[in-house]
Amino acid sequence: MSSGRRPEHQAPPEVFYNDDEARKYTKNTRIMEIQEQLSYRAMELLRLPEDDPCYILDVGCGSGLSGECLSENGHFWVGVDISKSMLDVAGEREVEGDLILNDIGQGLPFKPASFDGVISISAIQWLCNADKSHHNPARRLLKFFSTLYACLRRGGRVAMQFYPENSEQIQLVTTQAMKAGFTGGLVVDYPNSSKAKKMFLCLFAGGAQQELPKGLGTEESSEASAAFVAGRERTKKLRNQKVLKKSKDWIIAKKERRRRQGKEVRPDSKYTGRKRKPRF
Amino acid sequence: MKLLTHNMLTSNIIKGVTKGYPLKIECQQIEIVETEFNKEFLEKMIPKIDYGVLCRAADQIGHLGDLPKVLPETSDYNEEFMKELHRVLLKVEIKEGNLVCPETGRKFPVSNGIPNMLLNEEEV
Ligand SMILES: C[S@@+](CC[C@H](N)C(=O)[O-])C[C@H]1O[C@@H](n2cnc3c(N)ncnc32)[C@H](O)[C@@H]1O
Repeated sequence: MSSGRRPEHQAPPEVFYNDDEARKYTKNTRIMEIQEQLSYRAMELLRLPEDDPCYILDVGCGSGLSGECLSENGHFWVGVDISKSMLDVAGEREVEGDLILNDIGQGLPFKPASFDGVISISAIQWLCNADKSHHNPARRLLKFFSTLYACLRRGGRVAMQFYPENSEQIQLVTTQAMKAGFTGGLVVDYPNSSKAKKMFLCLFAGGAQQELPKGLGTEESSEASAAFVAGRERTKKLRNQKVLKKSKDWIIAKKERRRRQGKEVRPDSKYTGRKRKPRF
Repeated sequence: MKLLTHNMLTSNIIKGVTKGYPLKIECQQIEIVETEFNKEFLEKMIPKIDYGVLCRAADQIGHLGDLPKVLPETSDYNEEFMKELHRVLLKVEIKEGNLVCPETGRKFPVSNGIPNMLLNEEEV
């Protein structure tokens, strides 16, 4: 974010996330890894029950990276996004969730109490900008949050990681969320590290009083960097709780899932999951 | 788009539309896809879906099959019923066609399985 201009200042999202940009979400392993880490953390903040499959909405789902994390944990999901290119990539990757082309600032088109939870990764800061002359960010945010509140079941939770540009934007986003009826607030991971700092808007839709989760690396520690390293180890551990991605076991498990879905899968062999030698 | 998603979708984001539910389906292409059978998930979704809307949608596109038109008693959720429910909710995919707002007639095109719910400026 620090190098170059923010994407939100360059073009509207449906223009910025064109075919080229969408490609990055399948080719650029660094982007994919970051988005995946954020998704796991958001899922943790949602506190979804372990062996109970839930029905989740992914807001600004893009190419389906966060959705795949949900599928891997046995949940079912629907994704909405304003960029056709991003959704087309998600389609090509054969993600398990259904995809809908929707501008969340126009409201979410779902009947009341449809979803058990909501996740969103690196998307809602886009609503803080007026991309068209008739756009009013405060109004679009309120429309988004009030329709979000309606389509979530009572007591349901929301975990949305976003990149606000300044404190006014944080203020605006949280104010509109509360106006729509949500409780909750901001959870900041690694607030003392400019690099690792991440913000999550954690919201609750009615139901019993709920406590806001704690941010990571927030202990009154004089060594912020130590907390940061511990945090990286933690994310690794979270991912490994299932099986290490790209490991042989992971590939076999994924193939098994696909087979059960009746998809064509190459048979396992002694080469499955083996590291390839670099080729020239 | 699966019929489960259709069961959740409304057009009430259009200005002046109050319910926008259920959306009518104009279907040009259907695909049957394999998806994992998950009994717990199906059981959990039954109270959330509008069963009548599901049956009418499936019937309209010719894929009702053996799904009973009236939701059985909880004690009668046998394997056969769950399999049929799974098929109708998660295996029948609308690939090409339109979703039509029941109040305004506004059409939302579905292309390559993705419904386009974007509104024009005047509709917001
Ligand atoms: C940085 S990408 C992240 C995609 C995905 N969540 C991930 O983590 O890989 C941000 C996404 O937000 C979507 N987006 C931005 N503004 C939106 C809006 N008004 N309505 C729906 N989606 C929007 C963009 O199209 C883009 O796919």
